[in-house]
Amino acid sequence: MATAAKIGIGSAINRVDGVEKVTGTARYAAEHPVENLLYGYIVEAAIAKGRIVSIDEEAARAVPGVVEVITHLNRPHVAWTDHSYKDELKIPGSPFRPLYDDRIQFSQQPIALVVAETFEAARFAASLVEVAYEAEAHNTDFEVAVGDKYVPKKKRSGYMAPKNRGDAAQAFADAPLKVSGDYRLAPEHHNPMEMFASTVEWHCDGSITVWDKTQGSQGVHAYLASVFGFSRKKVRVLNPYVGGAFGSGLRPQHQVFLAVLAAKMLERSVRVTMTRQQMFSHAYRPQAVQSIALGAETTGKLTAIRNAATTSTSRYEDNMENVVTWGLMNYDCPNADAEYTVAQVDTPTSADMRAPGAATGMTLFEIAIDEMAYVAKVDPLEFRLVNYSPIDAMNGTPYTSKALREAFREGAEAFGWSERSAEPRSMRDGKELVGWGCATGMWDAQFSKTSASAKLTANGHLEVACATSDIGTGSYTVMTLVAAETLGLPPEQITAKLGDSDLPTAPVEGGSWGAASTGAAVQLACQAVGKKLLKTAGKIAGAPLGDAKMDDVLFEDGCIVLKDTPTVRVPFGDAMHAADLTEIEEEETAAPGFGDMWKGLHKSKNTHSAIFAEVKVDEELGVVRVTRIVDAVAAGRIINPKTARSQILGGVVMGMGMALHEETFPDHRLGRWMNHNFGEYHVPVHADIHDIQVIFVDEPDSEVTPLGVKGLGEIGIVGTAAAIANAIFHATGKRVRSLPITIDKILG
Amino acid sequence: MPTAVNSATYAAVPIGTVPTTLTINGETRTRAIEPWTTLLDLLREGEDLIGTKKGCDHGQCGACTVLVDGRRINSCLKLAVTLDGANITTIEGLGQPGDLHPLQSAFCDHDAFQCGYCTPGQICSAQGLINEGKARTRDEVRELMSGNLCRCGAYSNIVDAVLDVIGEKA
Ligand code: FES
Ligand code: FES
Repeated sequence: MATAAKIGIGSAINRVDGVEKVTGTARYAAEHPVENLLYGYIVEAAIAKGRIVSIDEEAARAVPGVVEVITHLNRPHVAWTDHSYKDELKIPGSPFRPLYDDRIQFSQQPIALVVAETFEAARFAASLVEVAYEAEAHNTDFEVAVGDKYVPKKKRSGYMAPKNRGDAAQAFADAPLKVSGDYRLAPEHHNPMEMFASTVEWHCDGSITVWDKTQGSQGVHAYLASVFGFSRKKVRVLNPYVGGAFGSGLRPQHQVFLAVLAAKMLERSVRVTMTRQQMFSHAYRPQAVQSIALGAETTGKLTAIRNAATTSTSRYEDNMENVVTWGLMNYDCPNADAEYTVAQVDTPTSADMRAPGAATGMTLFEIAIDEMAYVAKVDPLEFRLVNYSPIDAMNGTPYTSKALREAFREGAEAFGWSERSAEPRSMRDGKELVGWGCATGMWDAQFSKTSASAKLTANGHLEVACATSDIGTGSYTVMTLVAAETLGLPPEQITAKLGDSDLPTAPVEGGSWGAASTGAAVQLACQAVGKKLLKTAGKIAGAPLGDAKMDDVLFEDGCIVLKDTPTVRVPFGDAMHAADLTEIEEEETAAPGFGDMWKGLHKSKNTHSAIFAEVKVDEELGVVRVTRIVDAVAAGRIINPKTARSQILGGVVMGMGMALHEETFPDHRLGRWMNHNFGEYHVPVHADIHDIQVIFVDEPDSEVTPLGVKGLGEIGIVGTAAAIANAIFHATGKRVRSLPITIDKILG
Repeated sequence: MPTAVNSATYAAVPIGTVPTTLTINGETRTRAIEPWTTLLDLLREGEDLIGTKKGCDHGQCGACTVLVDGRRINSCLKLAVTLDGANITTIEGLGQPGDLHPLQSAFCDHDAFQCGYCTPGQICSAQGLINEGKARTRDEVRELMSGNLCRCGAYSNIVDAVLDVIGEKA
C-alpha cells in the first residue's frame, strides 16, 4: 500500500518549533514566570587589573526596593578549588571564580550583584555602588603580548598538534615563487541576540530550578552542583529555547553563578540578565596573527607551507584552538611545518566562537593561497585543484569522504566562475569595481557520546527526548525527522523534548556534532521501541507477522509491515494491546564506534566547502558590497535541507561580518573594550545581504557517523571571509591581510 | 593610591507611579506605572507579554519592535507613561498558535529564523513597514528593515517571507 510522501531524513519540513517562535510563545531564559521574583543587576570592574580596596554600598542599599548588595565580602560560602569550577570544556588553567576575592583580572569583571524587587531599582542602585581600586599595570595590546608568546604545557582536549613534513624552511628558500606575510584577525564577540540571562526559582526545600542561556543544561547542572555544593537532585537546569550562542554558551557564564548565589543567600527566586554592554564581559573570539609563507613551482605546484599562528588568551587560562593544521591537511605539498602559540592579555579568557580555530586559521590561510595563485599566474580555483589532496595531507590518512572537488565544480558552475577575467581591476559595473574570489572551507565532522529516549503510547504518539540544546540549529526538527524515519510516524505524532538536565545525557551543543550524535541516539532509541513492538506483536492471536525479525519488517504509517508481504500490517496499538502495554519506553546511548564507524576509525573526518564571492567596491568611497555568494558544501547526509540551508546562510552572514565589519576595539589605557554595544560593534544587517546560494554536494558516507551526517553549524563561516577578501583584491588590486577589511584599509 | 571610580552620588529617588491607560492587543488596562519603566519592561515583566524581546535596551537591535497606533517603534526607547491612551500591538496580538498572521506563517514556511529571538521584532517591523506602504521591493524591505538585527543571519529568508506576504515574487 503506497503512502503519501513519507516524511523522514531528507525531508525539507518547517522547523517544528517554528510556531512558538513566530508567535512569541517560546520562552527564553529570562522569560519564565516565577512568583516573588527578585532582579539582580551586575556591577562591573572599571579597571583591568588590580584589586578592590573598598566598596561603598550605602547609597545603593538606600534605594527603595533594594534587598541586598552581594560582593566578595558578604557572599555565602562557595567552592574555592580550580577543580570545582572546571566545566565541560576543561580549559587548562585556573577558571574565573566570580565574587571570589578582591582580585580584578579583567575590565568588566563582575564585582557585585545588586538585588532588588524590581529590575529598575536594581539597575539604578547598581549605578550608586562606589568602588575604590588599587590598580596594577595591565596589557590588553595583543601585538605587545605576542612578544611573550608560548606553547602551553598542558594542552586543551581536542587540540591537534600540527605535524611537520619534509623540510619546509629549505623548500621555501629554494622555491622559485614565494608569498609570505603576517595575516591578522581582530577580536570578535559572539553577540547572540538574546542576552545572557538566568532565572532561578527557589523552592522551599532548598532545591532550585534554573532556566539558563546555555548550550548545555547538564554542563551547567554539574557546575552548579560542584560550585555551590548542591546535591545533584536538588538542581534542575532548563534551556528549551536559546536565542543564539555561537559558542558563547559552551561554558557556564557568570550570570548563572550570580543568580544562583543570590537565590541561595536570600532563599528567594532571582533573575539576572546581562546588558548588551555586559555581554562583552566574557567570551570572545581570540585575536590572531598568522605568519604564512608559501613556496611554489612556476607551474603553481606548492612546494613549501610554513604556517605559524598566535592567538590571545587570558592570564589565567590557556585557551587553545586548532588554527594552523587546516592548511597542512588540505593541500598536497611535500614540505610543511607549523607552530601554534598563545599570548596572554588582561581580558577574560577568549572562547570558542563558530568554527573556533578554522574560521581564523583556514580563512587567513586561504587569503595567502589566493596570493600565491596570483604570483603563479594560475586561476585561483585552478590553483586549488592543482594542489588538491584527496587524503589528509598532514596526517597521511584517507578521509571517510571528501567531495570538495565536486563542491568546486558545482559551486563554480552556479557562480559562473568561467566568465571571470583574470586581471585585478578588470571588471566594473558603473562606479563600482567588481571582483570575484573563491576559497575553501573546512571543519571537523565530530561525534559525541549521546543518549536519548523514545516513548510510544498506545494512541500512536511518540516522544523522543535528549538533554541536548537547540540554539537555533534545528535540533528539535532533527530529532523529529529521525524518529519519523525510524518508526514511520508522521511528524505531527512526534514530540521532541530537549533542553532539560533531567533528560538522557548529552554533551554541550557545539562543534557541529549535535545532529550526528543526537540523531544517532534517537535512531537507536526508536529502533529499540521498534524491536519491543515486534516482540509484543508476537502475542497477537494468529501471529500475523509469523516469526519475523527486525530485518524482515519495516515501520510505516504507525504499522509494522512485512517487507515481503506489505499487505500484512500490524498497527502499533494492536501490538501493544496484545501485550497489555499502554506505553513502550526505551533509552539508548550512541557512542563512537558502532555501525560502520569502526571502518573510519583511522580516517580523517571533515566537512569541506567551496565558497565563491562577488563584491562591488565603490572606487571613491571604498564601500564594499557583497553582491553574491555561492557556498557549495560537502557535509555528508543532510537531515533537513530547509533548516540546513539556514545554518549555512547564518554561517555565511557571520563570515561577511568577519570579512567587513566585526572588530572589538580595546582602549589600551583603560584595558577595556570600547565599542561594547550594537551601535559600534557592527554585525551584518538586512541591507548588507544580497544573493546567497547554498548548494549541498552529494557525499554519501557511512563511516563518518552512524547516520552519515557530518554537521553544519560551523562550515558556513569557514573561508567565507577569505573568498570576500580575495574578491576585494580582484576588484581593487589591493591586498588586505587583516580582517575585517574596513574602508580605511581599502583606501589607505 | 586607591582611586574611586564608579563615583555617582544621587539622592535616592522618590518612588511614585503614574496611572496610565494602555490598550494592548485589544485589551484596555490601567496600570500604576513608575515613570522610568520602559514600554518593553512593562510588557515583559509587568504583563508577561514576553514575545517582545530585549536585545540591547538601547534602540540598536530592533528585537523590541512593537506597533503603537500602527507604527513600529523600539519599545525599549519609550517610557510607558508617555503612551497614555495608546493602542499597542505586540507579536501576541498579531496572531496566536492555531491562528497565525500571514507574516507568521510566511516566516515558518521560509524558515526566516533560527534561534527565533529576533523574530517577533522582525515580524512587527515588517507589519509596520506594510502599514507605512513602503514594503514594495526587495531593496526597500532590506533597507527599511535594517534596524532589525538577526545574528543568526536569516536575513534573506526574512525578506523572502515579507515579499511573499505583500504578494511580490520572493
Ligand atoms: S531592545 Fe530595543 S532596540 Fe534593542
Ligand atoms: S533568528 Fe536568531 S537572531 Fe534572528
